[in-house]
Amino acid sequence: MERTIYREISFTGQLWMWAAVMGAFILGALASVVYVEHHGHIVTGMNNQIVWGTPHVFAIFLIVAASGALNVASMASVFDRTVYKPLSRLSGVLAIALLMGGLAVLVLDLGRPDRLLVAMTHFNFSSIFTWNIFLYTGFMGIVALYLFVQMSRDVHPKWVKPAGILAFVWRLALTTGTGSIFGWLVARPGYDAAIMAPLFIAMSFALGLAVFILVLIALCRLGERKLGPMLIHQMTRLLALFVGAVLYFTAVHHLSNIYVAQHSGVERFFLLAGGTYTFLFWIVQVAIGSILPIVLIYRAETPVPTKTAILASALVILGGFAQLYVIVIGGQAYPMDIFPGYEVTSSFFDGARASYAPSLPEVALGQGGIALALLVTFLGAKILRILPTNLADSNRP
Amino acid sequence: MKIPSLKPATTRVDAGRRDFLKSGASAVTLTIASGVTLMAFGGSEAEGAADAGKRWGLLIDVNKCAQDCTACVSACQHENGWKGRGTPETDAQWIRKVTLKNHATGHETSMPVMCQHCEKPPCVNVCPTGASFKRKDGIVLVDKHICIGCRYCMMACPFKARSFVHEPTNNQSVNAPRGQGTVESCTLCVHRVDKGEIPACVEACDATGNGAMIFGDLKDPESEISKRLAEYPSVALRPDLDLNPGVRYAKL
Repeated sequence: MERTIYREISFTGQLWMWAAVMGAFILGALASVVYVEHHGHIVTGMNNQIVWGTPHVFAIFLIVAASGALNVASMASVFDRTVYKPLSRLSGVLAIALLMGGLAVLVLDLGRPDRLLVAMTHFNFSSIFTWNIFLYTGFMGIVALYLFVQMSRDVHPKWVKPAGILAFVWRLALTTGTGSIFGWLVARPGYDAAIMAPLFIAMSFALGLAVFILVLIALCRLGERKLGPMLIHQMTRLLALFVGAVLYFTAVHHLSNIYVAQHSGVERFFLLAGGTYTFLFWIVQVAIGSILPIVLIYRAETPVPTKTAILASALVILGGFAQLYVIVIGGQAYPMDIFPGYEVTSSFFDGARASYAPSLPEVALGQGGIALALLVTFLGAKILRILPTNLADSNRP
Repeated sequence: MKIPSLKPATTRVDAGRRDFLKSGASAVTLTIASGVTLMAFGGSEAEGAADAGKRWGLLIDVNKCAQDCTACVSACQHENGWKGRGTPETDAQWIRKVTLKNHATGHETSMPVMCQHCEKPPCVNVCPTGASFKRKDGIVLVDKHICIGCRYCMMACPFKARSFVHEPTNNQSVNAPRGQGTVESCTLCVHRVDKGEIPACVEACDATGNGAMIFGDLKDPESEISKRLAEYPSVALRPDLDLNPGVRYAKL
């Protein structure tokens, strides 16, 4: 085995093309922001019933995936799985990039994004949002430190593990904070569940790893680096395990709600009578986004073929989007029970299921967040030594 | 000749002077800083007028609320300038009439719902910047200067009492400046209350002769609202959440 050597990826026509495509999506997102800021949120699908729409689905996906993308590095330095050590740097850069993409979407969808400075100077510590501002910025700082410790020649390698543990604990706190945005909303029957925090942590493991597998394969192809099939095999098998964990927490969440009579209405809505939301839950999240990739991975030969790994990862990502759509938007679509025992009607849609359709400006903003995350990652691989020259199985530590 | 040292005496005088200056400086700092703090944290004039000895509230007698009457809604629209544009899903509604049909008996009733001015408001808890705040007299408001439009308060409010301004605003009322991209809700007509007047909805309800709404100080046992609450049964919406709202409903 030769030493692991990290090198920047070189400029190729393909890399330029990818950068141009990402740039186009980012411009599209910026155009959407200007359009929405000029006309107001009336040009989006959001309204006074569905106050958080598609941008939040994208933003939360990216934030959750960000913490999960760091797991590859954590496995190496916290859990001593040396096989993942050569991937630690990419894992850190991807985690920061995904968080940047998610936060950009979140901030640009604010009613007043120009007041970002207000959000950074006025704090209310009873708000989990305020805590998240510190958790998110802290995450970027700690992962940057973690990368520095790994990459600097002047820092003794003994510091990698403490930095890795700090980053791992912080990322658990971050995802707990993200899940608690919903878990602590007692007013809405679709949320109000402490299990949201561990559910989001399990989701981050699955979504982060799925994104990592796709980005790693793409970067190795763009950078013309060898990538061992057994490495892909191990990561894909782990992905199936994480997807199973998400299914477990999802099942516990719904089963607990069904048991509580007060929540049976919202469960009926999600699981049986919610139309689009029921379809997204059973067909896209559970069948196509969870069971199918698990079956694909476990039924494949050893090592899992790269094509299967790509397909399974893409399906897990699709399922993740469906799951977040059901949680974020479905959770608002089900009416709040302000008057138990009564049939309610009003000019403000009391007692009615809220309608919502994603609009182009919302989708454009969300796609821009993904493009930003990918562009930052590619740029990271271009200017920093984060991708090993040889990830062949014969060269594994 | 030995010159007597004046040092101890000087020290005493200086110490006294320093103490005086210090206390004066503290007083000045307190005076100025409290103003600065008030302004920075959004209370400004409205917060300054609030009296911690009071808690303003509403009692709504559902039996007296006529089903086809929307006088309170129209009065609020006129007073605060939030008239809709014909897009009910995105139009603001600071107060709305809700029709309730009892599942078991089929009995129908109607009543207004607005911000419930909770003692422990979830909107204030979740607001990241502190733009959602509760005055000392219990009125829950949004500081339009520091609301970033994140809508988390709308997610948290159990009464669907808040609206987001989805469009550019024009023809605003001087009583309640509005801003595109920020969240708003019933202010309990704080501009009137601070002048010793009653909210526009209560005034309009009285004018119709229905007299379904009573406004007053919940902390004053001699106020009409306190006497009525003590005498007759009433309920808070979502009592399970233990938010102790300032708005109560009788005969629901």
